[in-house]
Amino acid sequence: MNKTTTRKKPLFHLNGWGFVTPAIVLFLWFNLLPMLQSFITSLQKGKGIVTTFAGLSNYARLFRDPVFIRATGNTLTYLIIQVPAMLVLALILAAMLNNPKLRFRGFYRTAIFLPCVTSLVAYSLLFKSMFALDGVCNQFLMNLHIISEPIPWLLNTIWAKAVIIMAITWRWTGYNMIFYLSALQNIDNSIYEAAKVDGAGPWHSFWKIIVPMLKPVILLTAIMSTTGTLQIFDEVVNITNGGPANSTVSISHYIYNLLFKFAPDFGYASTVSYAIFFMVAILSLIQFKVSGDKNDKIS
Amino acid sequence: MTKSANIQREIRMRKAVAAGQYIFLSITAILSIFPFAWIIIGATNVSKDITMGKLTFGNQLANNFNKLIQAGDVWLCFKNSAILALIITVTSMLVCSLAGYGFVVFRNRMKDRFFSLILLSMMIPTSSLMVPLFRMFSKMNLLNTKLGVALPALSTAFLIFFFRQNTKSFPYETIQAARIDGLSELGIFFRIYMPMMKSTYSAAAIITFMSSWNNYMWPLVSLQTKDQRTLPLLISSLGSAYTPDYGIIMVGIIITTIPSALVFFLMQKSFVEGMMGSVK
Repeated sequence: MNKTTTRKKPLFHLNGWGFVTPAIVLFLWFNLLPMLQSFITSLQKGKGIVTTFAGLSNYARLFRDPVFIRATGNTLTYLIIQVPAMLVLALILAAMLNNPKLRFRGFYRTAIFLPCVTSLVAYSLLFKSMFALDGVCNQFLMNLHIISEPIPWLLNTIWAKAVIIMAITWRWTGYNMIFYLSALQNIDNSIYEAAKVDGAGPWHSFWKIIVPMLKPVILLTAIMSTTGTLQIFDEVVNITNGGPANSTVSISHYIYNLLFKFAPDFGYASTVSYAIFFMVAILSLIQFKVSGDKNDKIS
Repeated sequence: MTKSANIQREIRMRKAVAAGQYIFLSITAILSIFPFAWIIIGATNVSKDITMGKLTFGNQLANNFNKLIQAGDVWLCFKNSAILALIITVTSMLVCSLAGYGFVVFRNRMKDRFFSLILLSMMIPTSSLMVPLFRMFSKMNLLNTKLGVALPALSTAFLIFFFRQNTKSFPYETIQAARIDGLSELGIFFRIYMPMMKSTYSAAAIITFMSSWNNYMWPLVSLQTKDQRTLPLLISSLGSAYTPDYGIIMVGIIITTIPSALVFFLMQKSFVEGMMGSVK
């Protein structure tokens, strides 16, 4: 790879810019420029077009805004419960499906991956219909005598969050599993055999062999899932629309509401946008740091 | 305890673990598949039966379908979604693969800096861009247009990163040989690089097509008129009605899901291959 850097000729420098310029221009125009404009907007106050400079007062407002605090709490709840649970589940499934002696492997793999083909809006509405008060989930649980009366899934502040967490996990576990499965297939089978000879049980070899060897892929999926869950929007809007009593509203949903549900407050909406940006940035950096030797593998 | 008893105990334990594994996998597989059966059954029933959890086929499929067409122009939305997905997939693959190639083959310090900047922008959440892009596009009169939906999706950090990563394993000798043969730089890209990187391109195409086809937030913000609506916007508006008609919604979900399912299963193999190229 380093050969490229040493062997290039000056002539191609000019040419090379032709290759990268369209992407750079589009990127600067629709990513960086809006982010900069958004920062300026976040320092302004006022509804609609009439605005005045307000300094950092919008940022101070964040800490006094109960809806923002609620939305942040909800989003972090989704993140803390859903991402680790899903990634561990995906890892266990991948480890099981990696066993060549397992029967019906192809069936299991395809079945578990299937949810990924649904669009986010579509599966959200699907979950909404399944978790209706007299819906199929309550009937099933009642027939099994697990519960004696229907759970008001979407009407209860805690259950509504649970439905959203279950929905995201249903949609994305198979997706992450595919990453792990392909990475596992690159590990030489003789490592497992050697571990077996040394007396390692499946539990031991899962934690001591599989997890360390998959570290780069686990980091990749952790970052993708974290940024995805922090921005969760489609599911919240379509399953609960933020209700009941804002108990499921996410930060992205709140930004949307600030823009379209109430009189548009661009300044404050931009401030909330920056809040979510900082959260994503900080969490990604932490994940990079924690994983240590990331650079050679990921970038 | 005797030795044979020990061995027997271990064999029993192994069998229990294996059985547990099959039970676990089967439950997961059933939970994954059940909602699909639910959509198909639901599409043949009236809304009331769906929310009552009816699990048998009804005879309302044609009726639901007709009601869907009356409720919103589903074919127009389908066409809008398809045109957008096509424009975004073709253009962004071209723009981003050119860049990914350029960042590797014509690498220099300045380009590396731009690339790091792009990579850092992966941390910019799309929801942070919602407000500024909405204002920018309303000034440019691009709200309610397909161009307005497509523009922010054309140059994405992920795709550029993805192509750059995969280009690293492209043999540089091939490029040199082609230069000696007198091929232009663009000629090398289009006639040698592109055909050789087929699996990378199909993985990128799947990702881009799926994200464009299913994109919800930015179209919801930027498309306010009915004639520009995409499929996710249509079914979402059906779902947010005061009393949603789930029979119609199920048919809508089926129509929305078929294209992305087809694309995915036709190209599944190269998807996994191409994705793994970027983590290796």
